[in-house]
Amino acid sequence: MNEFFKIFIIPGGLLLIFMLLSLVRLILGPTTPDRIVALDTINTLVVAGMILVGAAYEEVIYVDVAIVYALLSYIGTLYVAKYLEGRTKK
Amino acid sequence: MGILLAILYIFLGIGVIFNCLGSIGLLRFPDVYTRLHASTKATTFGSIFTSFAVIIYSFSRWNVSGDSKFVVLALHAIVALICLIITNPTGAHAIARAAHRSGVMPKQAVIDQLKEAKLE
Amino acid sequence: MLDFIITFLLSLIVYLFLVASTGEIAGLWSIFEIILGIILSIIVSIIATKVLFQKRSYRMLNPLRWVIFLIYLIGPFFFAMAKANIDVAYRVITGRINPGIVKISPGLKTDLGITMLADSITLTPGTLSVDIDEKNNDLYIHWINVTTLKPTTYHICANFPHWIRRITE
Repeated sequence: MNEFFKIFIIPGGLLLIFMLLSLVRLILGPTTPDRIVALDTINTLVVAGMILVGAAYEEVIYVDVAIVYALLSYIGTLYVAKYLEGRTKK
Repeated sequence: MGILLAILYIFLGIGVIFNCLGSIGLLRFPDVYTRLHASTKATTFGSIFTSFAVIIYSFSRWNVSGDSKFVVLALHAIVALICLIITNPTGAHAIARAAHRSGVMPKQAVIDQLKEAKLE
Repeated sequence: MLDFIITFLLSLIVYLFLVASTGEIAGLWSIFEIILGIILSIIVSIIATKVLFQKRSYRMLNPLRWVIFLIYLIGPFFFAMAKANIDVAYRVITGRINPGIVKISPGLKTDLGITMLADSITLTPGTLSVDIDEKNNDLYIHWINVTTLKPTTYHICANFPHWIRRITE
């Protein structure tokens, strides 16, 4: 490991803690939209964290996975939002 | 090398602080819409800065060592960042619209013109 | 046909951007990768041409619009975004909010323009786009700190509609 490893892995670990904070909202959230907001935040943090981990280990594959994860999580968010919208329209 | 380290510390510091504010705002605010404010704006801004740190780091390492691994890392980080910037506000808009249509009203609201308009 | 060629070039550029590493062509790609990229781009553009050009408007092919878009992103947009985050930080720490949903009529006509304005509004100070009236393109904005009950467009998003009109119309 080189000298830059620590610089990137410590913010990555901090992002993990913020993901756990958002997870509290995902569990507590009184309504379903609250839970989706928390999930969306966790997705963004996962993508940011994956880019940092990719830089720390000097592996490109983490960043590739981050791109696919960002697009798929966006589709997931849209799908759940569409489902919520259609559920009450009778 | 000293300048690179300073830039990395500043960018990563700003990024981590705003991501932290985003998740704290998610816990503190009273209803869905204000939580969306905190999570969307703060985490997008924070992620932009952490990704910028990675991009600057990769380009400077490529400049020093000439290893093509680093330029690939930088290009892919740019693509991931563009995906994040485009998808994040759009997803927030979808969630807000779904929340309002499924009957979750904003708390402590002084005015709600959307409820008066009754769009369907 | 023009639709097909543009979609093909766009997907080929994205593909080449993603596979660039080592090889004999320009030091970045190998011949096999380029052939595979052309085949894949043809398949993608057969499927996706209808999605990309739904209204058959070719305004965004003008490079000047992209230059203005870049200036807009780096200049006023990034500044507003930084201001927005300091504003959010203030509200997270103090918890002082006064929310409401208001309506604005930016008067933009194209779908791309209204999408861009809604995204810009979501990322700039204290505002979040909630819904859209598709008949006359009015936006409903959740405003975290309501100061007037009859807001004009300038209150919500400064002069962004002027920039976006110059980019997309």
